Amino acid sequence: MTRTRIPVLPRGVRLHFDKVRGKNVLLAPERALFLDDIGHAILSEVDGQRSVAQIARHLAAVYNAPEDAIAGDITEFIDDLADKRVIGFTDA
Amino acid sequence: MRDAVQIPPPIALLAELTHRCPLACPYCSNPVDLTARQTELDTATWLDVFRQAVEMGVLQVHISGGEPASRRDLVDLVKGAREAGLYVNLITSGVGLTDARLAALDAAGVDHIQLSVQGVTAQMADWIGGYKGGFKRKMAVADKIAETGIPLTLNAVMHRHNLGDLPATIDLAKRLGARRLEVACVQFQGWALKNRGALQPTREQVDMAKKVVAQARADNRGTLVIDFVPPDYYSDFPKACMGGWGSTGLNVTPDGRVLPCHAAETIPSLSFQSVTEVPLADIWYKGAAFAAYRGTDWMAEECQTCDRRDVDFGGCRCQAMAVVGDAAATDPVCRKSPHRHLVDATLKAEAQGAERGTEQRPGDKDFTYRSFPEQV
Ligand code: SF4
Ligand code: SF4
Repeated sequence: MTRTRIPVLPRGVRLHFDKVRGKNVLLAPERALFLDDIGHAILSEVDGQRSVAQIARHLAAVYNAPEDAIAGDITEFIDDLADKRVIGFTDA
Repeated sequence: MRDAVQIPPPIALLAELTHRCPLACPYCSNPVDLTARQTELDTATWLDVFRQAVEMGVLQVHISGGEPASRRDLVDLVKGAREAGLYVNLITSGVGLTDARLAALDAAGVDHIQLSVQGVTAQMADWIGGYKGGFKRKMAVADKIAETGIPLTLNAVMHRHNLGDLPATIDLAKRLGARRLEVACVQFQGWALKNRGALQPTREQVDMAKKVVAQARADNRGTLVIDFVPPDYYSDFPKACMGGWGSTGLNVTPDGRVLPCHAAETIPSLSFQSVTEVPLADIWYKGAAFAAYRGTDWMAEECQTCDRRDVDFGGCRCQAMAVVGDAAATDPVCRKSPHRHLVDATLKAEAQGAERGTEQRPGDKDFTYRSFPEQV
């Protein structure tokens, strides 16, 4: 995946705060993926408007971390979810 | 006894709204003793069950049956489940879902639809489902689902007579725009157990299917997710049934009994509480049926000491009951089970039945189609 692609949560996939367990979870067809803080931070930025590179720039600023490393982590995370078809891209 | 704090809250609820269904699949996972319409829970009770489930920590409800569309209040139930805070997955054969109903379900917020297919041709599908015209109707429904944009999983139940159609099944999933395809080889419980001899695939079919799935996964990466449930009689280790008894999910029957797994009623030593009498949380945390095979204390020695103990949890209790006659036995599919020879003997006998050919169709008399004791 190139970092210019724009990720989006497709229909039937949504972020949810699980009050009983006190955890963030991504609800999707036949799946409930519990998220750690980083996963939740990334998915909260996925809006179907901004590219992976733009999200990386934003999170690098927020967490005061090197942009390139962050972009690598985000790419890996999103690629994995795209393989599971719980993330899509606006151009696909 | 373990105390309540050690028991995790359930994640998923299987709501079997009804056992009524226009189809009569000979492998239906409903119990052989089907529940009649008159004893089904009413709308208000189901909505209360959904609210209780959310309070307990359930995240997803699988609305199933029978055919859930046989319930007149299906749209209200989907709407109520969404409002309660659940992710709503509808499991349907599609037959009986009118366009208007589908539009109403869409508006009610159904999150995902799992559509079962009995075959890739009308000849096969209608023969297996025991319902003429079912396939045509289902394909029309599938096109409508695609139009709405509701994510679709195709659930193909496979067995000796259609496992050879696996490539065509994958093509069908792609043509319908499904996000996921579940290739579910028949599990021998309920009606399927009655028809095991007529449904058991051959080893050659299973080996071929594994290759087809591996290739298709590589070819369709990122567009179609393929889940493959192999027929477990040919496996060396059992499946992790329910992710461990009483640990992730529960099942409510049409008349309100709460089961740790959909086939749990085949275990005669267990008795089940009903949502009409006991709060759902009490059934989950304190009910004897849920406690029966929770954790590892009940397990046989080979499981207690096994490195797969926390991977497959000793396998399926209902399969142990059906094959060994003891629900606390190690799943007889396991190579370490002292009863594995029973499974091997069954396979050998059933392979002889298959010698007539995997494509050749037996007459209808070779199947026991699922049916109610009398017309309902
Ligand atoms: S398996 Fe067949 S008969 Fe059973 S509920 Fe599903 S469609 Fe109906
Ligand atoms: S011995 Fe028990 S835990 Fe080990 S693989 Fe067999 S069934 Fe699973």
